[in-house]
Amino acid sequence: MKKKNKPSRLGALLRAWLLGDLEVYDVVFNREEPPLERERVVVPDPHLENFNPRNALELRAFFKAYNVIGVVVCVVMILTLLVTVSWLPRIGGNYNPTVNEVSERYIENGMAETGAVNVVAGMILDYRAFDTFGESCVLFSAVCCVFILLKNAYGREDDRVYEPKNDVILQRVATVLIPFIMVFGVYIMFNGHLSAGGGFAGGAVLGAGMILYLLAFGFAKSSRFLNEKVINCIVCTALTFYCLIKSYSFFTGANHLHSIISPGTPGDLISSGLILPLNIAVGFVVACTMYSFFAIFRKGGY
Amino acid sequence: MFGSNLLANLEETVAIILFGIGFTTLLFNRNIIKKIIGFNIMDSSVFFFLASMGYIDNRVAPIIIGGNTSAELYINPIPSGLVLTGIVVSVSVTAMMLALSIRLYQRYHSLNMDEIYMFAQEEDL
Repeated sequence: MKKKNKPSRLGALLRAWLLGDLEVYDVVFNREEPPLERERVVVPDPHLENFNPRNALELRAFFKAYNVIGVVVCVVMILTLLVTVSWLPRIGGNYNPTVNEVSERYIENGMAETGAVNVVAGMILDYRAFDTFGESCVLFSAVCCVFILLKNAYGREDDRVYEPKNDVILQRVATVLIPFIMVFGVYIMFNGHLSAGGGFAGGAVLGAGMILYLLAFGFAKSSRFLNEKVINCIVCTALTFYCLIKSYSFFTGANHLHSIISPGTPGDLISSGLILPLNIAVGFVVACTMYSFFAIFRKGGY
Repeated sequence: MFGSNLLANLEETVAIILFGIGFTTLLFNRNIIKKIIGFNIMDSSVFFFLASMGYIDNRVAPIIIGGNTSAELYINPIPSGLVLTGIVVSVSVTAMMLALSIRLYQRYHSLNMDEIYMFAQEEDL
């Protein structure tokens, strides 16, 4: 007698093959896997289990030796470095640039060649733009790594439950402050080639403003315009833009070939060739990175 | 043994001492979070060292004033660029380490290096 609810193996195979009925197949061949349960690690008390007096003695000797050797290593290292410092040339000496001809070249020809009033901006976004591209990629890959590590780390725990719903003081202060913070961040970003600042500083200020918004108004509001997808889009677009525009510049601008993008008048807002767009790209990358670091480290993700 | 510039290079000396504090923290604390703090102190000391190396007395930041591009007026711009790189890498590495320590704590319910190592050995990993 065959049971009705459990067909034979051949029948199940045929049905799975011909009709695509995988349920019966799974029932017959016991393909149903038990739901995954994370095994809780048994934490033995180190003082009670496996207590071996000899091991304890060895361990104590090891830690004693570790402490002694560690102190010796630290003292030797600090002393060596201090002796090195004591033989270095005096800080602030006038002769420092004569040792370093590169900086003289940057200051004397930087403004004419890159069009940036801020020599540091001209240096990092024109002469050494590839290095800055690497930095942005380091930030992006750090976000990716943190995201991979923490994406499913918290299970069902969610910090959103504990968010204040109507924190009047915080929301009023944030309403007043956030526009100024954002405008200040954009100002720093856009004036990177004219004054102190640039993409990294401006992006950090923008990211701080976004984090303040998130803290004051909660995820429900901030995720309307800043969720995982939007942030990924912005960061990837900014990095691709940087990569394309700078590899183009390597063909035209490097090795004193003629660049078709003119440096413009130094001191104007729209000048200095590619430095302004690159600053903006870097600023977006940094702002999104700061925000997503904060969002990922909270329980419950974006 | 010591040269004559130990006190004249006060900023660099302080940076080295900070570096030593950070290194000692890294070496002697068993708590992972404290190790990360030590690492960050070391980072900051390196930035301080670089920034003080680039400074020159009676000169201003390398933002060109009035089109005057004489190298005698401005400090060395290169250490500033290096510090920028360093800060970015330090932020990334810190975030990475913190994420890893969250995962370690979730698995072993401890932040102590020795305990984590012991539990990992018992698991035959």
